This record gives sequence, C-alpha cells and structure tokens, in this order.
Amino acid sequence: MSVAHAPARVTGPVLTVSDVSIRYDVDPPVDAVRHVSFTLGRGEILGLAGESGCGKTTLAYGIQRLLKPPAVITGGRAVFHDADGTDIDLTGLDDEDLRAFRWAKASMVFQGAMNALNPVATIGHQLTDVFLAHRPDMTHRERTTRAGDLLDLVGVGRNRLRSYPHELSGGMRQRVMIAMALSLTPQVMILDEPTTALDVLVQREILQQISDLRQRFGFSVIFITHDLPLLLEISDRIAIMRDGSLVELGRAEQIYRHAAHPYTRHLLSSFPSLTGERGSFVPRRPAATAAGGSGSGDPR
Amino acid sequence: MTTLELRHITKRYRIRGAGTMVALDDVSFRLVPGRTLGLVGQSGSGKSTIAKIITQLERPTSGQVLLDDSPVPRRGRALRRYRRQVQMVFQDPFASLNPYHTIRHHIERPLRLHHIVPPEGVDAEVRGLLRRVRLDADALIDRRPHELSGGQRQRVAIARALACRPSLLVADEPVSMLDVSIRLGVLTLLADLQREENLGVLYITHDLATARHFSDDLMVLRAGKVVERGPADDVILHPRHPYTRALRDASPDPAQHFAAAGGH
Repeated sequence: MSVAHAPARVTGPVLTVSDVSIRYDVDPPVDAVRHVSFTLGRGEILGLAGESGCGKTTLAYGIQRLLKPPAVITGGRAVFHDADGTDIDLTGLDDEDLRAFRWAKASMVFQGAMNALNPVATIGHQLTDVFLAHRPDMTHRERTTRAGDLLDLVGVGRNRLRSYPHELSGGMRQRVMIAMALSLTPQVMILDEPTTALDVLVQREILQQISDLRQRFGFSVIFITHDLPLLLEISDRIAIMRDGSLVELGRAEQIYRHAAHPYTRHLLSSFPSLTGERGSFVPRRPAATAAGGSGSGDPR
Repeated sequence: MTTLELRHITKRYRIRGAGTMVALDDVSFRLVPGRTLGLVGQSGSGKSTIAKIITQLERPTSGQVLLDDSPVPRRGRALRRYRRQVQMVFQDPFASLNPYHTIRHHIERPLRLHHIVPPEGVDAEVRGLLRRVRLDADALIDRRPHELSGGQRQRVAIARALACRPSLLVADEPVSMLDVSIRLGVLTLLADLQREENLGVLYITHDLATARHFSDDLMVLRAGKVVERGPADDVILHPRHPYTRALRDASPDPAQHFAAAGGH
C-alpha cells in the first residue's frame, strides 16, 4: 500500500512538552496538570500510567489542544518537531492551523472510542470522512481504496467497509478506530486506554498490531493506561503521573527493577505477579486448614 | 458447614430467529466452606450466568443446584433462608448502593429482614459490621453512597453481604471497577473475612493474576464449558489446556517479560 515515505527526520524527539500546567477553572479551581515536562522520541512508545483523576487524559487533551472551558492551559509549551524539519508550537496554533495539524501530524484513539462510532453510518463512510475533510483533492474511488487498505492493515478486512458498527465485535471496532487514527499517517499517535474494555486475548492481538504498525510506519506512541504491567511490556519508557505531576519517568525495565519514587513502587506492588512469587501483600492461602501466620512461599 | 453444589448445569437462551445459545454446558462444581474457588474466562464465557444461577436470578435449563445435598427452594421462606446463606458482592459499587439511602439503611435492611439480631441490637451490629470491613463506623454510618469513595462503597457492599452471616459468598469482579492501588486492599479484606468466617467464596474474574493469588482452586470457563480446573498455582503455572495457556500467555507478566529479555 502506498503510505508514506520514511520520515526525513529519523532521530531526536518528535514532541517536547515543557512545564505544561492545566487548570479546570471551577470553584475551587482544580490544577489537573502541574508543570509537566517530557520529550517523546521518534518511533518511541511512551507509557503514561496513573490512577483515575491523576490528569493523564487531561494532559493528552492538552497536547492535542482539545480542551474545552473550564479547562485552561495556564502555562508551558508543547512543541511538535515535524519530520520535514519545522517546529510547530502547539500552544500557539490558531484554529485553521490546528485543524490542519490534528490527525495529520498527531492523532488520538480516545477512551471508549470503539463506542463512539456513528451507529447509522457504515465503517467505510466514517473512514472516508477523514479524507473528505483533510484531503479534498482525493477522488471518491481513491478514498474508498484507501479506507479499504486501512481496514486490511488493521486486520479487519476491506470486506467490512459496508458494515455498520453494531455488526462488528468490540475488538474489531477498536481496530477500526486505530485504522482511523492511522489514516493520515501521523507521526504521533496518542492511545488513551485503547484496550481496557477488551478481553486479554483480543488485547494482546491489538497490542501486537500496534507494535507491528509502529515498526512499519515509524510513528511514536503515547500509551495511556492504569495497567502498569501491560505498559512495562510494551513501552520503551514509562511516565508515572499522580495528582497532575509526573513523579517518575524512566526506561520500562528501570521502572520495573529500580523504581525511585514510593508511589511508583506502590503502584507496582498493586499488581500481583502472574507467575512469580506472591508478594508479602498477598495473604498466604492455608493449604487445608487455617494454619494462621502470614508467611509466604507456600509450596504446594 | 454448608456446601453448595452445581451438578450438570446447562443453560440455554432462546434467540429469536437464531435458534438457541448455550451459555453453560454441563457445568459441575462445589463451593465448600473455607475455600475460595476462582472462576476465570473471557467475557461471554458464562461466568456471570453461573453467578445468576447460584443467586436464583436465572434457572438452569437442566441440572441441579444443591445446598447440603438438597435442591435449592424456588420460593417462600425456604428461598429466603437460602438467600441468607448465599450472598453476593457485585462489580459496580456505584450501582449496587441506593443513592437515596444512608449507609446505615443499607446494612440494617438485611439485619431486619432476616431477623439476625433483635431490634435493639441493630445499631451496634451495623457499627460492628462497618468496623469489620475496616471502615470508620462513626464517620460513615449516616452518610450516603455519593459521599464515599469507590473503595469505601465496595466495603459497604461487603458489610451488607456479611450482615446476614452467610456461609457462601459470590464475588463477581469485586475489584475491577476500583482504582488499582486499592484493589489489593479490598481483595485482602475479602480473604481475611473468608478465613475468619470460614466462608466458601466464588471469586469470578477475568484477571488471572489475582485469581491465582486469591483462590485455592481455579476453574477456567470457555464458551460455557469448564476446560480446566485444579489448584490455582497448578492451573496458572502449569496449564494443561491450550486455552488456559493462551489466556495466561496473553496476560501481562513483567516478571517473565524482563527475565526473557535477558535481564541486562
């Protein structure tokens, strides 16, 4: 399929976020994001982990300039480093530039997106819509071909172009959303809890797909989830967010083995290991009778 | 000592224009006091149908539910006695408590309905139950659900389930809606109570890791059929059925991941 040429800029950051703060201007005001700074490398998967209300989605919306009042960006800058060499200050874009930027340079798969497809329009219609808006010079035939290519790419198959959302499973709808996010071959894709509502087997397939597509097209990913074990497996680096601040940022393995911040360690210890030793936090299961005590390493 | 047994349970749903759908296919197992049975499987595998059949919200198409070897009553006082013995904790603590009523009301109701304690003892019993689920009884007893966090609400739901001194507890995804950092706390509470009360627990979940650690035995359900069962560690660490293996391999497991990566 005739998707994009390798980017001219192949190394260095694709996104630099510096000292971004976002406030919900309600009474009393809520500082949802506080002085957050990070860079996103080209082709990198950056995991963003935190619990509900920590500000991770607000931060993503801020980067995409999708915030609506009462949310306001109170400080900081987000700069996109385009593959062609220009830098785009996202915080300063006007409406028209923003429209051209969004989806073409950086796209997003929203939380619960698979339920956001229009129920009365076909998948094909919704995919070609993107081209109608962003590539007005494409012909009808080109748009349909391209939409079919995208469905093939994410494993749904072009024979589903004429299907309605309710005719697809949750996993397939989520793949359609990923296809939509890929449609303009963006350099950055933000995925907000893309697999949370899906079964582990489907989740694994979709993650594999995202990873393969990234290899192929070289885009960068910000992957937002509360599922830290998942992030540890798929991310290059992980940022841990709490109460609006990044408390730690490091390589996945470093976070796993040598987390520096107590909150990171607390989060890590919140997930019992699937195949490893049970931690001290898991009560020992008495083999037959209540033997009492809280020792571990119970051999079966 | 109360034992609940499901014997050759099959449940079919008739689907208009599409024949029948088999939700459960010849499922048999026993819940015994003092042990936790973990029930894992993907969505649609029939996990919640089992919970509905145990709680008598659905009737099996064939097969029997037996409490201490006698069939579970369908109505009347006997059914009420059964419900008193078999209690349930639901997935969504935001939906399972009535927003109009105080915490006190939620826990009082089963106490009064089942005449667990004499009327003059109700207040003390409610406070005792709240303390047992590690809640500050004085601070919370007259609050309403919206004033509580998700974790606090789930503890209230657990206190309500314990109020009628059941011998069996069905917990259907009891922590999947809670924030990650408080999940283990609620599971540990359930495990502690299970031990103290010698409860038989059915822990229904899609999360293999907590299923392994919080269950004595595990049962893997696929499309209404039990494909594997055994001691929890055996099922997860040495799965015999390919489906169990597929589920396990698809679940995130950083320990394995970094060990496989060569640990540099």
